[in-house]
Amino acid sequence: MTDRLNIFPSRAAMTFMKARLKGAQKGHSLLKKKADALMLRFRQILGKIIEAKTMMGDVMREASFSLAEAAYSAGDFSLGVLQNVDKAQTKVRSKKDNVAGVTLPLFECVADGTDTYELTGLSRGGQQVAHCKEMFGKAVTLLVELASLQTSFITLDEVIKITNRRVNAIEHVIIPRIERTIQYITTELDEREREEFYRLKKIQEKKKKIRAIEDAVRAKYIQDQIDREGVATEARNLLKETDKDPDILF
Amino acid sequence: SGVFWSSLLSAVCRIIMAHQQVRRKLIAVIGDEDTCTGFMLGGIGEINDKRQPNFLIVRKDTSRSEIEDSFNQFMRRSDIAIILISQYIAEEIRHLLDQNTQSIPAVLEIPSKEHPYDPTKDSVLRRAKGMFNPDDFR
Repeated sequence: MTDRLNIFPSRAAMTFMKARLKGAQKGHSLLKKKADALMLRFRQILGKIIEAKTMMGDVMREASFSLAEAAYSAGDFSLGVLQNVDKAQTKVRSKKDNVAGVTLPLFECVADGTDTYELTGLSRGGQQVAHCKEMFGKAVTLLVELASLQTSFITLDEVIKITNRRVNAIEHVIIPRIERTIQYITTELDEREREEFYRLKKIQEKKKKIRAIEDAVRAKYIQDQIDREGVATEARNLLKETDKDPDILF
Repeated sequence: SGVFWSSLLSAVCRIIMAHQQVRRKLIAVIGDEDTCTGFMLGGIGEINDKRQPNFLIVRKDTSRSEIEDSFNQFMRRSDIAIILISQYIAEEIRHLLDQNTQSIPAVLEIPSKEHPYDPTKDSVLRRAKGMFNPDDFR
């Protein structure tokens, strides 16, 4: 399969193959640049993810503390909270970012509606409940950012794998195949030229031989005439006889 | 006529908001009671028109298959963009998380009170295993 392409070897085919080789090399270098740009962005994102995950550990811990404090002051309000779930106030909206031709999804926090839990903890421990709400709100914002980084990470990973696969395919399969085809065409054309040359030489030799034989036969014929009649009569030369015939018109 | 224009305006506003709501997506939570309570207070909980919540409270008696079903459901829903899952619960369904190749919904592993975050177990970070040093996390 990776041997060479099957085309009829001619000069036009040669030009065509050379153009294709140039195209493949250009494509290869462009794809390599794309892979490098993507890899750079990938590493940047990975660094940010590590930072964010470390921060997340701290933020979650603070949020857990605030929840414990609130539970201590306001009593067990978890039942009330979980029963009263209705519509979310914080949702996410997706935006698209473009890196070297790859669209990456990004998430954005969107506040949407009123606070369902405005009245929770109204009887006691309201301040702790409010603080708890705030802490978890902060946690949510951070987590949304983390989610954006993570989706970009996964998408980029896939695209980088595909691009590298293509780069390797061009480098190790397509270009060698075209080069081998060019080599094949070159050798075929050279061989054809040599064949042509050889054929010409052979024809010349043959002609020479035939002429030599003809000369020998004519010489023998004249010799025979001289031996028989004592004089050599040349064969009629029609061209020379036009001197005796004057032209009719001029 | 003033009443007419104001009611028309509010109707138009409602239509625009309803349309926008379709594009905005939810954050789902799979965690223990405290985690879920906290995040509900944070304002991300919602029950949709089909009476489906976007969170699952995992107690001691919650079976692994329940967790798997819930996770698969959240992944299939088109209105969920992010799934937060406590890492110790993620361990129970690790095989599902490793198989997941969709970039949306994003699956984030979060620490819980008794179980601090361990980056070596995170499915997503394992894909880039060779590229970073676990010591960066300290």
